[in-house]
Amino acid sequence: MDQFLQHGLNALMLGGTYALLGIGLTLIFGIMRVVNFTHGELYAFGAYMMYMLVMLAGANFFLSLALAVVLGVALGASLEFTLLRKLRGADIDTTMLVMIGAWIALQNAEQLAWTGVAKSIDSPFPAAPLVIGPVSVLWNRVFVFVVALALIAATYALIHHTRLGKAMRATFQDRDTAALMGIQIGTIHTATFALGSGLAAAAGALLGPVFVAYPTMGDLAALKAFAIVILGGLGNIAGATAGGFILALAEELGAGYISSGYRDAMGFVLIILILAFRPTGLFAQKERIG
Amino acid sequence: MKNALTALWLAFLASIPLWMANPYVLHILVVTGIFIVAAMSLNLLLGYAGQLSLGHVAFFGVGAYTSALVSLGFSAQIAPGMVAAMDPKPVWSAMAAAILVAGAFGWFIGKLAFKVRGAYFVIVSISFAEVVRLVAVNWVELTQGPMALNNIPPLTLWLPGLGEHAFWKKPENYWLVLAVAVISYIVIRRLVHSRAGRAMIALRENEPLATSVGIDVTRYLVLTTVVSAAIAGAAGALYAHYVRIVDPDVFLFIYTVTMVIMVVTGGKGTLAGPIVGGLIFGLLPETLRAFAIKPEAQWIVYGVLMVMVVYFLPEGIVPAACQWWQRRQASVAAAAAASPSRPAQ
Repeated sequence: MDQFLQHGLNALMLGGTYALLGIGLTLIFGIMRVVNFTHGELYAFGAYMMYMLVMLAGANFFLSLALAVVLGVALGASLEFTLLRKLRGADIDTTMLVMIGAWIALQNAEQLAWTGVAKSIDSPFPAAPLVIGPVSVLWNRVFVFVVALALIAATYALIHHTRLGKAMRATFQDRDTAALMGIQIGTIHTATFALGSGLAAAAGALLGPVFVAYPTMGDLAALKAFAIVILGGLGNIAGATAGGFILALAEELGAGYISSGYRDAMGFVLIILILAFRPTGLFAQKERIG
Repeated sequence: MKNALTALWLAFLASIPLWMANPYVLHILVVTGIFIVAAMSLNLLLGYAGQLSLGHVAFFGVGAYTSALVSLGFSAQIAPGMVAAMDPKPVWSAMAAAILVAGAFGWFIGKLAFKVRGAYFVIVSISFAEVVRLVAVNWVELTQGPMALNNIPPLTLWLPGLGEHAFWKKPENYWLVLAVAVISYIVIRRLVHSRAGRAMIALRENEPLATSVGIDVTRYLVLTTVVSAAIAGAAGALYAHYVRIVDPDVFLFIYTVTMVIMVVTGGKGTLAGPIVGGLIFGLLPETLRAFAIKPEAQWIVYGVLMVMVVYFLPEGIVPAACQWWQRRQASVAAAAAASPSRPAQ
């Protein structure tokens, strides 16, 4: 039972960052109809920015975190502006191919810039874990969890309580009608891609110091984000949040009770099971296949 | 005329090992040829049926592993108290097994994945490849995991005049790959020009309309996947017995991406597209290496090229070249038609 509680707590801590990754990806897909293969690279970019700022420039940890997210937003906005703006309205396969090209170029640029050697990043948290009854958790994981929850809450507030969020939701529901109502679709797309990229960079900047930063770290992160988005339904933010925690739980339990080698396979097994038995995702309200 | 040209082209390809003594160049050509076969199989799904399958390397890898395991023999526990074991079998039967097993995987995945379309299908296909890769890494008893399957025997065939002959050398492997490529090309061409091929193209162009005229869409998609997977499995088997070592890296996503780039650059939905694209992207790395470019920079060039192709040649090289040729012919014909009438003006 204690073991189960510990797995549950670990899943909760991990789920926050998974949810961040999933929300970013699902927003971009829902509003722009773009399957964003650069998502994992933004995640790696966040981690590397932490490395640059904390380890090379010696900046304050928390300031670096904020700056890494801002830089992720800027990179996302420029990617959208240079690559996707001209392709608006193109079919999904076309944008997907462009994003795959951008992903390969970005990943190898990272490898060229920072070499293939994994980089560790110091964090200012005590090494001794926080012990609560039978379970324990590292302080840096607690920090990651709290910041992730705060970012998720901020994203919700942005989508539901601001003018920009309202315009985003309108674009999501019906792009043409939204454009007729005077919404600048181009601006909304840039903002969406920047927001999603910022969330991915935040996840990377948070997890970089917990693990290590390496050039291909984004691949698995992106695949997991896809799994989360499928779990929750493409374009469904609440679904992506829940999906993040479900995937984290499945991985923890899979690693704990089956085999740690198959930890990373759990997400894909979940996707395949869900699509076999409930192809519309766990939380879909409407038919979305076609 | 067209047949003569094809025969000439084939004769040229077949003659390469006779005058090309450099084994490194032959090696590049063999590997490129294997990738071209894989790209041709992907083209069936991507180009003709219009489904962006990003898990194609799974079929290639399953073919490679099956062929390697059957030719080496294996013994592994599949369930508690249940052991699957097999003695080493001749390589030709291992290759046949690879084609069958890859085709069976194709059937299973097709049944499962074609419940969904578009972005969902893409993600399911990636997940499938990733699961197979993780199984190859972790099922050490069967696959040796990251230690890889070593000492895979080369193909041994009874050839007229030579008797039992093992394919150790590069020229004979080159001819073997060429033969498989030609057979695959013929199979794909026949399939595409058959009733099934027309059904595929119909559902690529407009799936609801295709369904409404009575085409069983899922059935044809699954059929396409089976054929495509079987050909990819054959390519994987060729690879296993040529390189003679197979490790879980054959499932790397980057190989799928390479195949996709080959098909898209050459021209998806054309028979010659994957061959043209495959030649370009098979030989390009070697050309770039000649300029002493780091592998990372080479991949950056790949990525940028892919973006450029989508922007400037969205249909691919082969259709663009065909259009250019037709326009040229038309303008020549127009000029010929216009010149006699000029005095009348």
